[in-house]
Amino acid sequence: MGVLLIAPLAACLLLGAGVVGLRRTWLNRYAGVLASAVVLVSGLAITTQVLGGATPTALDGLLRADALTAFMLSAVGAVGLTATWGGLAAPGSTSARAYAYPALIVAFLLAMSLAVLADNLGILWVAIEATTITTAFLVGHHRTRTALEAAWKYVILGSVGVAIALLGIVLLYAATVAAGGPTLSWVALMRPNLGLDPGMVKMAAGLTLLGFATKAGLAPMHSWLPDAHSQAPAEVSGLMSGVLLSVAFYGILRVQAVTDAVIGPGLMRGLLVAGGLLSVAEAGALILRQRDLKRMLAYSSIEHMGVIALAAAVGGPLAIGAALLHMLGHGLAKSSVFVVSGRILAVEGTTQIAGLRALMTRRPGLAVPLLAAMAALLGMPPFVLFFTEVAIVVAGFQRGMGWVLTVAVGLLLVAFIGLARHTGDMAFGAATVDEEPTGSVEPSDTVDRSWHGPRLPLFAALGVTAVVGFAAGPFADLLGQAARVLGGGQ
Amino acid sequence: MSDQLFAQAIGMCAAVLLLSAVLLVWRRAQAAALPLMSLQGLALASLVAVLGIQAGSRELLELAALVLVFKAVGLPLVLVRSSQGEQGGAPLINTATSLIAMAGLTAVAYVVSAPLSALGSGPTVQAIPVGIALVLYGFLLLVTGRHAIVQLVGFLVIDNGTSAVAFLSSGGVPVIVELGVVLDVLLVILILYVLTGRIRDEFGATDLDDLTELHD
Repeated sequence: MGVLLIAPLAACLLLGAGVVGLRRTWLNRYAGVLASAVVLVSGLAITTQVLGGATPTALDGLLRADALTAFMLSAVGAVGLTATWGGLAAPGSTSARAYAYPALIVAFLLAMSLAVLADNLGILWVAIEATTITTAFLVGHHRTRTALEAAWKYVILGSVGVAIALLGIVLLYAATVAAGGPTLSWVALMRPNLGLDPGMVKMAAGLTLLGFATKAGLAPMHSWLPDAHSQAPAEVSGLMSGVLLSVAFYGILRVQAVTDAVIGPGLMRGLLVAGGLLSVAEAGALILRQRDLKRMLAYSSIEHMGVIALAAAVGGPLAIGAALLHMLGHGLAKSSVFVVSGRILAVEGTTQIAGLRALMTRRPGLAVPLLAAMAALLGMPPFVLFFTEVAIVVAGFQRGMGWVLTVAVGLLLVAFIGLARHTGDMAFGAATVDEEPTGSVEPSDTVDRSWHGPRLPLFAALGVTAVVGFAAGPFADLLGQAARVLGGGQ
Repeated sequence: MSDQLFAQAIGMCAAVLLLSAVLLVWRRAQAAALPLMSLQGLALASLVAVLGIQAGSRELLELAALVLVFKAVGLPLVLVRSSQGEQGGAPLINTATSLIAMAGLTAVAYVVSAPLSALGSGPTVQAIPVGIALVLYGFLLLVTGRHAIVQLVGFLVIDNGTSAVAFLSSGGVPVIVELGVVLDVLLVILILYVLTGRIRDEFGATDLDDLTELHD
């Protein structure tokens, strides 16, 4: 059974080696799609095993899959597939020599898969740091001054932030050494009566949360995020925004489960409420006056991570289940809309909101997926983010955090208004002559109906986002089990 | 090794760690960074070696050799290559302010280390605040340095501080994690080295004040 845990990692390693070694054009083009597909299939296969009551382990227990792992691995695969397949370059534009980019994409997927599969806080840290390493040159891929600036800030803030988490993990390990059972394994740390010193666990929890929150894009440690997500190529932005933030937040959820068992939920709840509210507030304010589509999407990611942080603060099966579903829904919708933004940049030559007008009449093939994905992001029913946000608010009121959620809903409305207004401007706004980017003025009677890229991944991603809220049966079981994993005792 | 000698050796290593970090923040000059980073790496390697001898652990002695190669030789060499031909940029705060800030941060390090008394009261536990102080100095370098190289040094000091805390508090994290951490840090430094080169090509210098095009 353990082979299922090694499969995605081994496949990514082989693909990466193949890309670097073989230098074939077709492999460079499809490596990211293949790697994502393998991760998704492994995630789904592990899901069926976990639902059957098994807990597969591999490599002497270094890798281990519970319901939460299975869900996160499937999410990495699904969002990865949307971003890499939807972002496939036009045939002929990839060359056999440009192997670094696909190799780094595959390595990035490998690092994220390892992060969720590892049953060890230390390995999780190494994998999350590896995501910074693999994406550094992807962010700076365009080699412009702004891309270079974004890459520098990303690497410095990302690695320094995560270094704080390492200090926290080291202290947690020291606490287990002092208690007589040195371990960094989740399973071992979740056992009751470990006798860990509460003072040390408190310090460790604060530092680890601070570190992983930097990588998860929670305010006030988010300043790298809008730069990196706006400068990276569209599929990389989709991967980072859609799933890397969630993988970092997965680290927070695991640490929260460990520390809540020792010192109670007070500390983590307070920190997560502060970070969550600040993220939603800051994102809302900056979305309102945003002038660039990709930066606006980056701030929307900060907003959604804020919502997930509030859900984690609330805790309990309903809120945690909703938070996980929110990660998946946000990942699929956000990677879709980043893919569309990449096509818009390729066709229109700009992502400035002011330069994009009347897309609905000029380029319906771009405007329709943009509108659908934005509707999903805005949490319009039937898209799943509507149900998850309602569930999080309901759970908040049930667990005595009504005032926090009331404030959050008010702040979310600001972000909603900003996103809706800018999207409306791009899709339906009247094209004025002076705002038209020079060189791309076309006769007004030509309507460009092309989608400028594969349609299927966008249909699939948005279709799943639309129906998954109604899905019951095994899917609801999986979310329930995953929430129980975090609720203590497995 | 007698207990007294062990305590003295640990104290000596911690003192050199702290001193090298203080001098790094104080001097700021690019030319001084290389020997000081080497000295810090040497102090860290000695610390691990002392712990290894005391515990009779072969694993720790091997780790000490690894730390020596990476932190006393390898990483400082990358640093000196990436800073070739650079003039030391004036930091955002002057030397006197830096020294006062460091005094304050050292006090903070001792205050926040209070919960660590749960680990006992041996010489290793008493030296842990030095590691925390190193992490805080690293942040000071990162926040006040306007130069790419200074930020690189800051990152390395933070990493050295974290390693010192790990070895002093628990005798080091499991080997597989330690190796992963070392590899990650090495790769981050190499990436920053490449990016420094690109920044110099693009902007003509590695003064981070030029990186101001992205904002809201």
